[in-house]
Amino acid sequence: MKKSTKAICSLAAIAVLAAVIFYAGTLPTTSMFRTTFQMASIYALLAVSMNMLNGVTGQFSLGQAGFMTLGAYTYAILTIPVAARPNVYYLYGVAPWLENLILPIPVALIISGLVAALFAALIGAPVLRLKSDYFAIATLGFAEVVRIVVASSWLNTITNGSLGLNNIPSFKSYYSTFGVVIICIAIMGLIKNSTYGRSFKAIRDDEIAAEAMGINLAKTKLLSFVISSFFAGIGGALLAMYLKAVSATTFTLATATYYILLMVVIGGMGSISGSIIASFLVIFSKEWWLRFLDSPAYIGSFQVPLLRSGFRMVIFSIVLMVVVLFFRKGIMGDKEITWDGIHRLFTAKKKKREVSDDAR
Amino acid sequence: MDAFLQNCLNGISIGSSYALIAIGYTMVYGILRLINFAHGDIFMMAGYFMIIAMTDLMLPWYVSVILVILATVLLGVFTEKLAYKPLRSAPRMSIMISAIGVSYLLQNLATYLFSALPKSYPTIGFLSQKIVIGNISTSLVTFITPILTILLVVGLVLLVNKTKVGMAMRAVSKDFETAQLMGIKINNVISMTFVIGSALAAIGSILYFTPRTQVYPLAGSLPGLKCFVAAVFGGIGSVPGALLGGFLIGLCETFIKAGRFSEFSDAFTFVILIVVLLFRPTGLFGEKISEKV
Repeated sequence: MKKSTKAICSLAAIAVLAAVIFYAGTLPTTSMFRTTFQMASIYALLAVSMNMLNGVTGQFSLGQAGFMTLGAYTYAILTIPVAARPNVYYLYGVAPWLENLILPIPVALIISGLVAALFAALIGAPVLRLKSDYFAIATLGFAEVVRIVVASSWLNTITNGSLGLNNIPSFKSYYSTFGVVIICIAIMGLIKNSTYGRSFKAIRDDEIAAEAMGINLAKTKLLSFVISSFFAGIGGALLAMYLKAVSATTFTLATATYYILLMVVIGGMGSISGSIIASFLVIFSKEWWLRFLDSPAYIGSFQVPLLRSGFRMVIFSIVLMVVVLFFRKGIMGDKEITWDGIHRLFTAKKKKREVSDDAR
Repeated sequence: MDAFLQNCLNGISIGSSYALIAIGYTMVYGILRLINFAHGDIFMMAGYFMIIAMTDLMLPWYVSVILVILATVLLGVFTEKLAYKPLRSAPRMSIMISAIGVSYLLQNLATYLFSALPKSYPTIGFLSQKIVIGNISTSLVTFITPILTILLVVGLVLLVNKTKVGMAMRAVSKDFETAQLMGIKINNVISMTFVIGSALAAIGSILYFTPRTQVYPLAGSLPGLKCFVAAVFGGIGSVPGALLGGFLIGLCETFIKAGRFSEFSDAFTFVILIVVLLFRPTGLFGEKISEKV
């Protein structure tokens, strides 16, 4: 494929994407597509950020929920309107230094990413020394500690204890969320294709060989951990914005970490485009297309068996198991969607047909 | 002083039910090098099996206990055959994701079948009897748990060290491939490990839920993680280590709960985990494993 054709294709794809986003924006706010589309884009960011560490660098972390909680709380604490604070903190009161501290939304978003990244940098250095499954369980432990500390009564005047925070403001425009998500994913895509990204992949494929080639293991792993956590923090903040409320039980092991892991695995470990496709698929089916699984249905007077509340999640976990057991590579494996790839997909089919024609 | 003794007794009691579950983690890790994330949820399912047997089917407790152990063992072995066996030659990360998938599936399945609301655990009459020793009053189950646990652990250690099955287990955990070449049927040994682990988890769940009286779909998640911490603390792969780890975690937790930092008792367990992993990754009794290039 020629360079100019690729550029034209890319431009066309961007135009289609923009058109879809603007179309979603023109829909009434009650529209299923409008809300689900926004939610799916936030989850795409979260899945890609988890994939940076788990798929691209091969360090299996289960701490995603912890970093999301940190990001969401930081964002909420810094942006809840001063007028609404007495209402939010009605039970315990608000810490005096916090009373009038309010930041513009973009600044608060970046700070929430930075707070998550800071914690990652603090625990990363010791924890990243651990081997695969011990690293997983240590990060999981960290996420649980974050949740417990955030909900503890010691932080009542800051995090509102177990009551959680509400009245969280969001962007004025529907489109801003997409802007943030696209910028973040683009940055991660650039990182993946940079020198750093290549050393991440080298560590995934063979740590010892990577070290022999002069890659500083500790430093590079820490970098990947910090980058992933930074974007997990921003994703958590965006989700807090979307939900308008956050508490210590919003992001748990099952509802955040396992859920996002499901998207990463279905999309393919190590593929950014795979994660994006999978998160849109998963969120759209969960929030919209498969809703009918949760409500009892009747054909005439016959009640369809199995359909009742909770069945949807059972189906999701079975899909995850099937992908893990039989399609271990997921949708994309560790490849990305490229124009060359799509081109090859079509031409390869043609070639195969020609070959079979010859054989006849 | 009385409060201290009371806490000791409670701590040892809860610690021994942790130990029973920790053994499941430690044995599976010793043989498959896999953190069986689903173990805590199998323990939760055992709780539901007991409710089905005693509350729904109204069976007497001794029949129910046997049924619960059988059902849990079946569930454990079934999980292994379905979710772990096909991945035996896959990278370790895939098996771990599979274990997470099973855990996710069991939690969602329990929510679907039994609803997310807590269900009350049936009372076994004689276990809930109050007994009074000096100034300490407690139910019989608190007292029986450690004794039963120690008996089971002694039996298990004898099984591992003195019988042919035990020898096969030790051989497999030392070297998978060589054991296979020596004619040991690996799959049988692995199934046996899951049978033992699940049976102990079933007994552990009866002892754990009886004083707590409630089961819900996420009831196995946190205890499961704590028991894994206990297994790591004692040295993963070692059965007496799991017992000691369980006791220590149980005691720490009970004493912290009684003090000023009660909110942080669970957080403390994970802090212990991270500290142990950093300074003595092999735990108290673990063997040193050198990494081959």
